[in-house]
Amino acid sequence: MSDNPVNDRIQSEIDENSVVLFMKGNPMMPQCGFSAAITQVLTQMEVKFKGIDVLADDELRQGIKEFSSWPTIPQLYVKGDFVGGCDIVREMYENGELKELLDNKGVEYAS
Amino acid sequence: MAMDAADIERLIKEGLPDAEVTIQDLKGDGDHYAATVVSSAFAGKTRVQQHQLVYQALQGRMGNELHALALQTSAPDGA
Repeated sequence: MSDNPVNDRIQSEIDENSVVLFMKGNPMMPQCGFSAAITQVLTQMEVKFKGIDVLADDELRQGIKEFSSWPTIPQLYVKGDFVGGCDIVREMYENGELKELLDNKGVEYAS
Repeated sequence: MAMDAADIERLIKEGLPDAEVTIQDLKGDGDHYAATVVSSAFAGKTRVQQHQLVYQALQGRMGNELHALALQTSAPDGA
């Protein structure tokens, strides 16, 4: 365990869950358009994912940005790797790269 | 807090001197923009790394003064 509990928590979440979305709100009630956009992509593809609401924990909200050197929320992780925010995930979804990534990582999806 | 398009373009060009930058104001509120950035600095980099270079050029404003910047990045053809 490092001396950074927020980092440890983030690391364990992305280690223990195949697909993790650090978001504003939760998958049933996203609180921002960008978080909603990624939630919709994942839901449409029937990808099982864990939504983590950074609005509920300010330390996590700042910590995740340092963890990934990415200044905004949402942030998508697949099998422990940072995939991107809304723009990148949407672009990957539209050009088929997201399916390719999920295939390569052995993550199930429907369509 | 907000930013205007000219400031965004200036900062990106200061950080990526050869960049071709086009900025689109999505909502007219100084907070929601789209930008396409073409720079040789992106050659061989993943999309995440390319966007991180742009965020670094914006010197911490991304996610603060600047709420949303929909980014399209690429290296010039043949780079």
